[in-house]
Amino acid sequence: MLTAIIDYESGNLHSAHKAFQRMAREANAGEVIVTTDPDTIARADRIVLPGDGAFPACMAALKGKSGIYDAMIEAVEVKARPFLGICVGMQLMATWGREYEDTRGLDWVGGEVTRITPADPKLKVPHMGWNDLVIDAHHAVFDGIATGDHTYFVHSYHMAVTDPAQRLAHVEYASDVTAVIGRDNMVGMQFHPEKSQTTGLRMISNFLTWQP
Amino acid sequence: MLKTRIIPCLDVADGRVVKGVNFVGLRDAGDPVDAAIAYDAAGADELCFLDIHATHENRGTMFDMVRRTAEHCYIPLTVGGGVREVADVRALLLAGADKVSFNSAAVANPDVVAQAADQFGSQCIVAAIDAKTVSPGKWEIFTHGGRKPTGIDAVEFAVLMMKKGAGEILLTSMDRDGTKQGFNLPLTRAISDAVSIPVIASGGVGTLDHLVDGVTKGGASAVLAASIFHFGEYTVHEAKQYMAAAGIPMRLT
Repeated sequence: MLTAIIDYESGNLHSAHKAFQRMAREANAGEVIVTTDPDTIARADRIVLPGDGAFPACMAALKGKSGIYDAMIEAVEVKARPFLGICVGMQLMATWGREYEDTRGLDWVGGEVTRITPADPKLKVPHMGWNDLVIDAHHAVFDGIATGDHTYFVHSYHMAVTDPAQRLAHVEYASDVTAVIGRDNMVGMQFHPEKSQTTGLRMISNFLTWQP
Repeated sequence: MLKTRIIPCLDVADGRVVKGVNFVGLRDAGDPVDAAIAYDAAGADELCFLDIHATHENRGTMFDMVRRTAEHCYIPLTVGGGVREVADVRALLLAGADKVSFNSAAVANPDVVAQAADQFGSQCIVAAIDAKTVSPGKWEIFTHGGRKPTGIDAVEFAVLMMKKGAGEILLTSMDRDGTKQGFNLPLTRAISDAVSIPVIASGGVGTLDHLVDGVTKGGASAVLAASIFHFGEYTVHEAKQYMAAAGIPMRLT
């Protein structure tokens, strides 16, 4: 069993790597590696796509490494390997990113990513800190997790999901903010599970043992 | 609902906690990593390391500390002190920091914040502002640990930092730091009203009421404290219970 965390030079992967390694060890879920190598992605049993920064820059960085991009598409769309997108890695799963400019996403989960614009000026952007999840639909990644559990968010853009059935959890900030999305073998988390203490570690463990 | 954060801050020099941390059961009172692990277990919402004697020679010690902390703590970690250029940010992020704070370097050259935010995203760039009251309702930026006046208005500078792409302001009142008299609330309020990004209040916490005031009167999104936690006067959990009882949304787990 091999889990590949895709490194396309978007942000700090050290803490994600450590968190996934620890939970893989505890769940007996094999090896976790951070990789830039298309062959490793192609043979991985699970794929994790992190992401920090702006949507267009992340999409360009991912597509700029054509070997990585093609290997990821093949693994997720054709071989149906379990996939987890984190933060901007989740947002890239959308149809459109509307940050700075209109950018096509992977279009795995219909929807678009727009700026958080609270009507109340007291609400700050980025949405930064711990917020309590409201679980909208059952999913294996929520095993042992309940509505009211907290995870750590830091983002200024959020995803509106077209098909309500594909929004698996949300939090409240100004209005509903999508927290978890998914369909088939794909799941995405807007928060950082690797920074969300026991709740986040549990969801990482659930992903590593998920059989879609 | 988004919760107000409590952030214990560890002042470190040469890889050791300045003055130590006095917890029951801590193996080594001077080891920042042991202290970080204890705070993580105690329910801290984030952690902050401030390298108060940052020099080129001791950077390796800091990287090692950050790396070891990231291996054991699964909450966000902000690192500051001696951060001068984009390469410093990159090195700390690669070591495992989640956010990096600029202080004097951003005063000398505000564009360094823009460069870092463009490269790594605003979410990981913190502008640390040290301000002193110069006349009622007027606050000025001081650098070099509060010794050097700059003539720069603190509120205007906070707005500039936001425009340059900082994702958060860490605001320390130099009049209050170490006094246990409470946050400088007019300063905190003036800056949190002036910027649309989160403000962390720092400097002067002596009681749990001070933490409450920082949020309810100062408008802070997070409160940072050192000595009240390090010397076991209050636990993070007690502080959270107290703030929650005062009506502030807290993560009580």
